[in-house]
Amino acid sequence: MTGLYKLTRTTAFRLSMLYFGLFATIAAAATTYIYHQTDKLVTEQLAEAITQEQRSLDLKYRTQGLKGLEQEIAERSLAPGNSLYLLANAEGGYLGGNLKSISADLWNAPGPSVFYYRRIHEGRAEDRFAVATVLHLTNGSRLVIGRDIEDQRDFGERVRSAFLWTMAGILIVGLGGGLLISRQLLIRIESMTETTQSIMAGDLSRRIPLTGNDDEFDRLATSLNVMLTRIGELIAGFREVSDNIAHDLRTPLNRLRNRVEAALREKTDEKGERYREALQTTIEEADELIKTFDALLSIARLEAGAAQNTGERFNLSTVIADLAELYEPVAEEQGIELKPDVDDDVSIIGRRELIAQAVANILDNAIKYSAPACKSGPEAPVKAEITLRLRQREGHADIVIADHGPGIPEADRERVVKRFVRLETSRSQPGTGLGLSLAAAVARIHNGTLTLSDNDPGLKVTLSVRVPAEEASRST
Amino acid sequence: MRVLVVEDDEKAASFLANALRESGHSCDIASDGEEGLSLALSEPFDVLILDRMLPKRDGLSVLEELRKQENHAPVLVLSALGTVDDRVAGLRAGGDDYLTKPYAFSELLARVEALARRKSPEEASTKYVVGDLVLDRLSHKVTRGKENVPLQPREYRLLEYLMKNAGQVVTRTMLLEHVWDYHFDPQTNVIDVHISRLRAKIDKNYDKPLLHTVRGAGYILRDGAV
Repeated sequence: MTGLYKLTRTTAFRLSMLYFGLFATIAAAATTYIYHQTDKLVTEQLAEAITQEQRSLDLKYRTQGLKGLEQEIAERSLAPGNSLYLLANAEGGYLGGNLKSISADLWNAPGPSVFYYRRIHEGRAEDRFAVATVLHLTNGSRLVIGRDIEDQRDFGERVRSAFLWTMAGILIVGLGGGLLISRQLLIRIESMTETTQSIMAGDLSRRIPLTGNDDEFDRLATSLNVMLTRIGELIAGFREVSDNIAHDLRTPLNRLRNRVEAALREKTDEKGERYREALQTTIEEADELIKTFDALLSIARLEAGAAQNTGERFNLSTVIADLAELYEPVAEEQGIELKPDVDDDVSIIGRRELIAQAVANILDNAIKYSAPACKSGPEAPVKAEITLRLRQREGHADIVIADHGPGIPEADRERVVKRFVRLETSRSQPGTGLGLSLAAAVARIHNGTLTLSDNDPGLKVTLSVRVPAEEASRST
Repeated sequence: MRVLVVEDDEKAASFLANALRESGHSCDIASDGEEGLSLALSEPFDVLILDRMLPKRDGLSVLEELRKQENHAPVLVLSALGTVDDRVAGLRAGGDDYLTKPYAFSELLARVEALARRKSPEEASTKYVVGDLVLDRLSHKVTRGKENVPLQPREYRLLEYLMKNAGQVVTRTMLLEHVWDYHFDPQTNVIDVHISRLRAKIDKNYDKPLLHTVRGAGYILRDGAV
């Protein structure tokens, strides 16, 4: 019963009831109107016919007297049809006609009146409905002229009952249909409710089931599912951050603490030189921690606000050229040639600082990992090379940083973009392990992508950013 | 130099005040926004160090009120909020510089001193001179002694900034901010390499070095030893 109650409480049911009510009212009004108009027309025609007959019979009486009228009535009474006649003398005695008697109040009625009369039909008496007017003749006798309207009444009856039955049918179908539709909708909504409830309870892996018929519910469910996936990613991100903090921040913090403790345990030498050294290292480690922390916060904030790319238009070519100029000496010192290859006048809308930082991070990596290959120094015969390229293609600006370092195995390429992932081979290198994650987050808020590919040999990192449409058309 | 520190964290404030005093500056402390505002308005300070999140009245609103009252003392905004947007908000409210917590004191000191210098009406000098090193801002020519020193445009700007702040420590991040206009912290020591290139041009072939490294802080351009 509660199930039925629930069904009747649904919006779908209420809506279908509302529509049913409207439809039934309109149908009832229309049927009633048509019935009444038809009835009125028939009644009027009947009254008109009676009046006509009254006149002609009255004329008959005046010209041929009672005898002539009697004869005429007898003739007309025999004719098939629904006409009714009763000719009676002043005392009410039967003189002729196919009506035997009528009630007294009808006898004295001034205008047309309705009544039941009894007739013998196929050996059975039946009461039939009729309408008649009484004509007072000059000699005091009266002539009743009427019409059998039993068929008309019967028709009305039938219309009424047909109407009621139809209404009952509509009511049943409407109710049933309403319940059925609400049940269908309720099942869909319930499955969504149930899914969201289990998600609220903590099971983020749940998804709203699709029926596959691509209706509005499927579309709603699809976008809800996409939203859930995004939320899931964000939460996983947060979870990852806290795991990262636990691992990559606690460990160095612990190291830092140990060092200070160790320094405190030491016997003071005359100048406190050891203290100084320990403190110096402590500061350096603290700085590294701060850097890591900053990078983590930046990534988290970028990822949380990934939806909006607010920013201003700036010349990307200048930024890339500046970065090439900024990094060129460092690269050269490591025996690497940094080759800029920059398309002119590429401008994008975005955050200049963030793009610069992302590219700087990738360049940092490229230099860091290209360097060991040519540790022999700048005098080495073959120089390592890093290309920093900016290319504009339709709708996109591609910043490509390609090196000839050891590269990253294909299987690891997706992984290294994640926070703190540093391949075992690079654990010894300084750095937070967040550079590529930050670059990827920056790419995302610029509606762009960060892709790692093989430079054969080496690594090619492509940061692709969208160029606003109107700008692309202006610059071409 | 007289500095006002507006900071609600007592330990941080007294650490900062002591360190500034040790560096030869006098220092007052205000522990909330209202106090900071009334002190800043009633007494002349060379530099204000203003924390962003303060009780009673937050740092940015203090800053806006100061500027509204035509007080143009240089302000260094200190904040734990360190994104580009936070920095922009701080500078837009009228701050002259922005430093994210945690910071190295040497960084803060260098910036405060740079701010104090900026306050003294920008000498319209067209020439910077340190020892026998001369930078002509009109012709963009640099000479040391009698010799012309050819510099790349960026090296010129680097030297110009160092000479403008001659005798004062300039940190790596300050250089990155003013010469390259970037506020992030590169992992590799990109600035050091640029400095050593500049040094090769202005110092290498001369007896007396002018561009010195200050350990744990940055660089200083001055005639004479550090």
